[in-house]
Amino acid sequence: MLAVLLKRLVSLLVVLFCVVSITFLLIRASPGGPFDGERKIPEAIEKQLLAKYKLDGSLWQQYSGYIGDLLQGDLRLSTKYRNRSVNEILAQTLPVTLVLGGSAFLLATFAGIWLGTLAAMHRQSWRDFGAMFLALAAISLPSYIIGPMLILVFALTLGWLPAGGWGGVSHLILPALTLAAPAAAVIARLMRGSMVEALEMDFVRTARAKGLKESAVVYRHALRIAILPVVSYLGPLAAHLLTGSIVVETVFNIPGAGGFFVHSILNRDGFLLGGMVIVYCAMLVFFNFLVDLAYGFLDPRIKAHA
Amino acid sequence: MLDPRVLHRVKKNPAAVVSAVFLTAMVAACVVGPFFLPSALGDPSAIQYAPPSWEHPFGTDLNGRDLLYRVLTGGRVSLLVGLCGALVSLFIGTAWGLVAGYAGGRIDSFMMRVVDVLYSVPRLIFLLIAINAFNAGLQEWASREGWMWLVQSSRIAILIVTLGLIEWLTMARIIRGQVLSLKERQFVTAARALGQSHFKILTRHLLPNLAGMIFVYLTLTIPAVIIDESFLSFLGLGIQAPQASWGSLLADGAGAINPVRSFWWLLVFPAAAMALTLLALNFLGDALRDAFDSKAR
Repeated sequence: MLAVLLKRLVSLLVVLFCVVSITFLLIRASPGGPFDGERKIPEAIEKQLLAKYKLDGSLWQQYSGYIGDLLQGDLRLSTKYRNRSVNEILAQTLPVTLVLGGSAFLLATFAGIWLGTLAAMHRQSWRDFGAMFLALAAISLPSYIIGPMLILVFALTLGWLPAGGWGGVSHLILPALTLAAPAAAVIARLMRGSMVEALEMDFVRTARAKGLKESAVVYRHALRIAILPVVSYLGPLAAHLLTGSIVVETVFNIPGAGGFFVHSILNRDGFLLGGMVIVYCAMLVFFNFLVDLAYGFLDPRIKAHA
Repeated sequence: MLDPRVLHRVKKNPAAVVSAVFLTAMVAACVVGPFFLPSALGDPSAIQYAPPSWEHPFGTDLNGRDLLYRVLTGGRVSLLVGLCGALVSLFIGTAWGLVAGYAGGRIDSFMMRVVDVLYSVPRLIFLLIAINAFNAGLQEWASREGWMWLVQSSRIAILIVTLGLIEWLTMARIIRGQVLSLKERQFVTAARALGQSHFKILTRHLLPNLAGMIFVYLTLTIPAVIIDESFLSFLGLGIQAPQASWGSLLADGAGAINPVRSFWWLLVFPAAAMALTLLALNFLGDALRDAFDSKAR
């Protein structure tokens, strides 16, 4: 087990290293510097700025210096939000993104599993068709259609919920719903397929034969096998929900990390972007790792291989 | 290209037929429609934020431009990027999957490993970075060569190529899986026994058998590329004003609704156009896929 963990950790670091290197090179290789604003800056000041943000010297020197700082846990200063470190910005915005992504994740998982199971239990009925139509619609439509439409209906026309901003639970409902809808739909479809298969398996017949209630058969026996494809989807999903919240945060004016992500690209704020990319990629790889662990736990037939 | 039995099965699916008819109408409207409307509708005018009326069925926007005209020309860009981007991804994915599946062994496992790694990279993020990094370079190069059309639509060109470059992974996996089973079939053995070159076996024998599958996944890749493009445009990183795509129109629309005054038509009409197109494409793709699957059984 320990060997598997170590191997995973090494591959995580390799992926992160590649991603950071490519991001850094793309940013530095693209024309235009971080200080090209509306005003032309005198040369001496620009030189000082470059020195302060460690952007002087050859490309190799900049790169190796940056990697060295990263190894010490220093994500450097943002070139746009002067005098604020990337660590600081991330510490402020990331919790917001995580709360939003986390609630959407829970919502999507439970709603998706429930809808998919319902469709599988009542195959070829109106419930099945209704759930699957809803799922296809939610998958096909991006969050920047669903989000503004929800605002238009529930916030502006009906006035039930706030249209945007961040604060209490009421601010969380619409964005979490928007973020969760396509994910719930994918889970529902996966769940329906695997549940239909699971309900035809021998151990389910045994469970029925010994006189268990249908709900116990489905939720206690079949669900455990049928949930496996869903579990393997949860890793990429978690990462997707956290990166996908970029749009949702823009639509609902939420002060999370997503907005900074977009702006760091527009402002050529290389170190902020680098920090964002590192955090997002680390989450992605980490969640995939968690999924592998959960897999071995749920289905003892699968051993956690490296 | 499509087996008549498959077509017959698709025709029996009402959702697929309705989708196909709708898509044809939508493409025709976007491609031909703007020619029938006076082109002054796309220019700024004094009639700002006019609600839908007989004169302007979809209303007008901040600059007094007719929204119907904008939705149609924006649809042109979205559909163009969607189709061309999907074709680029189709080409790469097919070639990659064909070679990997046919070669087998180490080459196969290496090529598929590359696909796995690329899957785990947050692709849209790289896209954001790449577009910003390459756009200035392409514009400079195009203006040096004197290709003014490319300078104007450099973003569209870059979007097509980069979106094609990130959407080919699924296609490669599917094609490889198909090739793995196809290459064991007797007609391939026969072709090999007759001394045909690997290239000819790939292009003359394997590819025609994959055509249907490729077509199905083309219809499913187009909406994915349209969504990617509109995602970038929505964030202001894709198509730039005064050009429009459904994504940038949606961004304008989302900005035009607020508690004080909501110009709902700016949101509802682009959203409806894009949503219906995406739904139709997905319905059609799903129906085609099911039709092929039941043939396999």
